[in-house]
Amino acid sequence: MSAQRIIVVGNGMVGHKFIEQFLSVAQPDAWSVITFSEEPRLAYDRVQLSSYFSGNTVSDLMLANEQDYIRQGVEFIVNERVTDIDREAKVVTTSSGRKEHYDKLVLATGSYPFVPPIPGNDQPHCLVYRTIEDLEAITASAQESKVGVVVGGGLLGLEAANALKNLGLKAHVVEFAPRLMAVQLDEGGGGLLRRKIEALDVGVHTEKATTEIVPGEQCRYRMNFADGTHLETDMIVFSAGIRPQDALARECKLEVGERGGIVIDDHCQTSDPNIYAVGECALWSGKIFGLVAPGYSMAKVAASSIMGGNETFEGAGMSTKLKLLGVDVASIGDAHGRTEGCMSYTYSDDVEQVYKRLIISADGKKLVGAVLVGEVEAYGNLLQLMLNDMDLPESPEGLILPASDGAAPTLGVDSLPDTAIVCSCHDVTKGDIAAAIAAGASDMGGIKAATKASTGCGGCAALTKQVLDAELLKLGYEVNTDICEHFPYTRQELADIVRTKQIKTFDELLESHGKGHGCDICKPAVGSILASFWNDYVLKNEHIGLQDTNDIFLGNMQKDGTYSIVPRVAGGEITPEKLIVLGEVAKEFNLYTKITGGQRIDLFGAQLHELPIIWKKLVDAGFETGHAYGKSVRTVKSCVGSTWCRYGVDDSVGLAIDIENRYKGLRAPHKLKFAVSGCTRECAEAQSKDIGVIATENGWNLYVCGNGGMRPRHADLFASDLDTPTLIQYIDRVLMFYIRTADRLQRTSVWLENLEGGLDYLRKVVIDDSLNIGADLETDMANNIAQYQCEWKTTLENPEKLKRFKHFVNSDKSDDQLAYVVERGQRRPATEKEREERIPAVELVSS
Amino acid sequence: MMGNVEMNAKVTDDLNAAWQTVCREDDLLSGTGVCVLYAAKGSDTQASNEEQVAIFKLSKTGEVFAVSNYDPIGKANVMSRGMTGSIGDALVVASPLYKQHFDLKTGQCLENPEVSLSVYLIRIENGAVQISS
Ligand code: SRM
Ligand SMILES: Cc1cc2nc3c(=O)[nH]c(=O)nc-3n(C[C@H](O)[C@H](O)[C@H](O)COP(=O)(O)OP(=O)(O)OC[C@H]3O[C@@H](n4cnc5c(N)ncnc54)[C@H](O)[C@@H]3O)c2cc1C
Ligand code: SF4
Ligand code: FES
Repeated sequence: MSAQRIIVVGNGMVGHKFIEQFLSVAQPDAWSVITFSEEPRLAYDRVQLSSYFSGNTVSDLMLANEQDYIRQGVEFIVNERVTDIDREAKVVTTSSGRKEHYDKLVLATGSYPFVPPIPGNDQPHCLVYRTIEDLEAITASAQESKVGVVVGGGLLGLEAANALKNLGLKAHVVEFAPRLMAVQLDEGGGGLLRRKIEALDVGVHTEKATTEIVPGEQCRYRMNFADGTHLETDMIVFSAGIRPQDALARECKLEVGERGGIVIDDHCQTSDPNIYAVGECALWSGKIFGLVAPGYSMAKVAASSIMGGNETFEGAGMSTKLKLLGVDVASIGDAHGRTEGCMSYTYSDDVEQVYKRLIISADGKKLVGAVLVGEVEAYGNLLQLMLNDMDLPESPEGLILPASDGAAPTLGVDSLPDTAIVCSCHDVTKGDIAAAIAAGASDMGGIKAATKASTGCGGCAALTKQVLDAELLKLGYEVNTDICEHFPYTRQELADIVRTKQIKTFDELLESHGKGHGCDICKPAVGSILASFWNDYVLKNEHIGLQDTNDIFLGNMQKDGTYSIVPRVAGGEITPEKLIVLGEVAKEFNLYTKITGGQRIDLFGAQLHELPIIWKKLVDAGFETGHAYGKSVRTVKSCVGSTWCRYGVDDSVGLAIDIENRYKGLRAPHKLKFAVSGCTRECAEAQSKDIGVIATENGWNLYVCGNGGMRPRHADLFASDLDTPTLIQYIDRVLMFYIRTADRLQRTSVWLENLEGGLDYLRKVVIDDSLNIGADLETDMANNIAQYQCEWKTTLENPEKLKRFKHFVNSDKSDDQLAYVVERGQRRPATEKEREERIPAVELVSS
Repeated sequence: MMGNVEMNAKVTDDLNAAWQTVCREDDLLSGTGVCVLYAAKGSDTQASNEEQVAIFKLSKTGEVFAVSNYDPIGKANVMSRGMTGSIGDALVVASPLYKQHFDLKTGQCLENPEVSLSVYLIRIENGAVQISS
C-alpha cells in the first residue's frame, strides 16, 4: 500500500507543531507529509515577534528548519498559498497551479489582523503587526516618521506601541473601549496600567472611535475622532483584534461560525471528517483562541486523532502574564468577576504602583480569577491554585499582600498534583518534569531539552525551576555548590563571609572557614573577592600566592612561558604619538605585534626580565596597564560616534572613555567587557557585551549581560533613554550586584540566566532598589574607584617587587629554551617540529 | 622516587651529599615559587649540565619543595610560576599553562600518571637554601 498523504495548509506556529506531533506518533513509511506556507519562510516564533526590534534576527526566531524537514521526509513549499480545496476529489490547488491529492487535510491558516473600516486606512504608512514583513515595513516607515499611533489598546496593541517607542517615535495608543486591555483587566488594573504607560511618555487615548484619516498639518496624517477631537501622526499601526483566516473553508463549504472560524469538534475535526483545523483559524465551542498554547493542544489532539487515538481538546484558559512597555501585567481566569456570587480581595498601592485583585468563589474556597498589575510574582502560584481547583489557603488575602506584612501563605510546589500543567505553551506537567529528571536531566538546560518546558513564552521559567529543585531534593540529590574541597561554601557565601567578617587575607579565611592548603581554584577566587572588596594592591606579599601567574607578572603567559603586554587604550582612541611609542617599544624588544579584538594592541613574547623595562617605557609615555591578565574590566569598545560619523546621535567615544576610566582595575568573578555605539547601527557591537550602551535621540539605552565567546548571548535591554548620571548609577549597581552574587568564573550572561527572577528581578534590585542596597552598591563602587592604581606603575616604584621579574633568582641568565621563527616579518615561537629539525634557514633567536 | 623529603635529607646529609646553595631563604616568598639555576652533580661549571629547578615554600606550614622547572606537558620552563595547594592529602603545584597538578613530594602528575617532574632534595641551612639531586 502506498503511503497516505497529509497536507498541512499554513506553516505557522501551530501547523509546524502539528507536523512535529504527527511525526512523533506516526509510522514514517505509512504517511507522507507536505506543507504549504504563504509566507516566504517556514514557521517562526510569532509570540516573540517583538524581540525582532530588540535585536533578535529572523534566524533566532525560526522554529522550523529546512534541514530537519528534509531529514524527516517532510515536503515543504514556501511562498505558495493554497487557493482551493476540492473535497470531492480530495485535491488542493495552489497559487502556482499545483495540484496535490490528500488523504487527510489539516488547516492551520491562523488569523489576520482586523483593520477597522475607517476611510483612509489604506494609505501608505498605515500598517499591521503580525509577520516579519510587517515589522520590516514598520521599521522602514519609522525612519520617515516622528510620531506613531497604534489603534487598539489590547495586548498586541501595547506590544506594538512599545516597538514604536523603541524605534524612537513618540507613540500613542488609541482605544475604543474605556480602558486598556479590556479583555484581560478590570477597571482598577486597567487604570493603573494606563498611568504607568503614560508615565513612559506614551499617549493613551481611550473611548476614541476614529472616523477618518486625513492629511495632517504637523504630521503626515490626522485622525479625526467621533467626539470631535483629533490626533496627528506620521504612521498608524492597526492592532484592533484578529480574525480567523477561514476563507478557504468558506469556499469549500465547510461549516464556519457566524463571526468566523472553522468549526471543529473535540477531536479538531471539521464538518468534513477528512479535514482538521487547528490554531487560530479554528472555532471550538463557539470560541477562537488567540494564544499559542491552546493551538499546540489542538495540534496534539489532531495528530493523535488521525492516528486513531482518542485524545480530546477541552478548551483552555486565557490566563496571561506579560510585560508591556516594561510594566508587568497578569490576568487569570475570570478577571472581571462575572462568576455568580463571587467575591473579591483588592490590594492597591498608589505609591509603589501595584494593583492586585483576587476573585474567589461564592463559598470562599476556590480562586476563580485574578488581576495583577505592577507586580506579578504571585502569578504562578495563583494560576496553579485555579487550574488544579485547589482549596485556597486560610486568609487568602495574604496571596496578594506584600511579603513584609507577615508570612505570606506560600504554595509549596510539593502540593501540586503530578498532573498540574507547569508549562502551558508546551503542555508540560509536573509529572513530565519529574520523569525527565528520573531519566537524567538535572538542570534547567536538561529539562528544557527533554520537555521543552519554558522554551515558549518563558513565563513558566520560575515555576519550572522550583519544580526542578523540589524534585531533585525529593530524589535525595544534593547539589554540591561548594567552591572546592577546601571550602564548604559557594563563591557568593565566601564573598559574604569576607565582607561581613572583614577578612583581609586568604590564610585568615582558610584558618577560620576552610581546610587543607587551598588550591588553584579557591585561591584565585578568594584573591578576586579580596581585591573586589578591599581593592588592595594585588601583589602585596600576603596576596601574591593567590594569583595566577598572569596576575603575578601582570601579563598573560604565552605557550613558551613568555608574556604579553597589553596597555590600556580607553575606548580604542589613541593618539599618533602614543601609537608611535608602541611601535618603537615593539621594535626595540622584537615583540610580535597585533591589533586585538578589543580595539587595542597586544605585544607578545616579552621575557620576565624584560617586562619591567618595557612597562617603564610605556608608563613614562602615559600608558597604563590594560588588565588583559585579570578577571577584571577589559575594554570598552566604541564606534566613532557623533563626533565624526554622519549617523551618530551622541558621543560614543567620549562615553566609552569615561566608562573605561571609571571601571578600569575593577576585579570581578570573571572578565568584564563593555561597548558604546553612537546609534542603532551598533558598530561597536554593544549587544554582545556584559554592559552595552547605545545612543538614542533621547539618551542612552543600556543593555546588560551579553557575551561573545564560547556561548554567545545577546544582551538584554535593561533600560531606555537614560541620562548619563542615571546610566552610570545603573551600571555601578549592576556590576557591584554581580560581583557580590556571581559564582567564580561566571560571566554576567550565565549569572543572569541563573539569577532567580532573571532580568525583572535585576531591574527591581537596580532600578527600584527593592533590596534597599542601592546606596551600598554605589558606595562599594565609589571606594573601588577611589582605590584605583595602575598595577604596573605601583610595581615599577617598588624595587622589592621587581626582584621577582627574573627567570632565575640566582642568575641573570634567561631561559635557554626559547626559540623563534620569523613569519610574515615578525617572530613567533618555533614549533616542536621546527625545534627538532633546526633547519638552518630558520632564524633561531635565543638570548 | 623520593618519598619523605625530610627523612631523605637526613640520610643524604649523613652521606655528606653534594649540597649546593642556590639562593637565600628570604628569596622565597610564602605561597609562591622561584626558579633557580642548579649545576647538576659532577658537572661543575658546564652550562649544558645546568638544570632549572623550581622551589616552593608553602604558606601554611613553611615547608619547602624542589622539582624540575620544565613542564613536560606544556613543554616550557614555567613550573616555578605555578600555584601550590593540596588535593586530598597530596601537596601539589599546578602548571601555570594547562593546570595539571603535580605532587610536590613525588613529582607525579595527578591527571596523567605517565608524566612526572624530577624531584630534588632541599634543605635550609642558616638561611641558605640548598638542594641536591
Ligand atoms: C588578544 C585577544 C585575541 C586577539 O588577538 O584579538 C584575546 C586573547 C586571549 N583571550 Fe580572548 N582575546 C581577545 C578578545 C576576545 C574577544 C573579543 C572582544 O573582547 O571583543 C572575546 C569574545 C567576547 C567575550 O568575551 O564575550 C574573547 C573571548 C575569550 C574567551 C571566552 C570567554 C567566554 O565567556 O566564553 C576566553 C577564555 C576565558 O576567558 O575563560 C578568552 C581568553 C583569552 C586568553 C586570555 C587565553 C589565554 O589564557 O591565553 C588570550 C590571551 C591574550 C594575551 O595573551 O594577551 N577570550 N576574547 C583579544 C584581546 C582583547 C583585548 O584587547 O583585551
Ligand atoms: C506580535 C504578536 C505577539 C503575540 N504574543 C503572544 C503571546 O505572548 N502569547 C501567546 O500565546 N500568543 C501570542 N500571539 C499569538 C500567537 O502568535 C498565535 O496564537 C499563533 O501564532 C497562532 O498560530 P497559528 O499557526 O494558528 O497561526 P499563524 O502562526 O498565524 O500561522 C498561520 C500561517 O498560515 C499561513 N496561511 C494562511 N492561509 C494560507 C493558505 N491559504 N495557504 C498557505 N498558507 C496560509 C499564514 O501566512 C501563516 O504563516 C502573538 C501574536 C503576535 C502577532
Ligand atoms: S554606530 Fe552608528 S553612529 Fe556610531 S559610528 Fe557606527 S554608524 Fe556611526
Ligand atoms: S508557559 Fe510559555 S514557555 Fe512555558
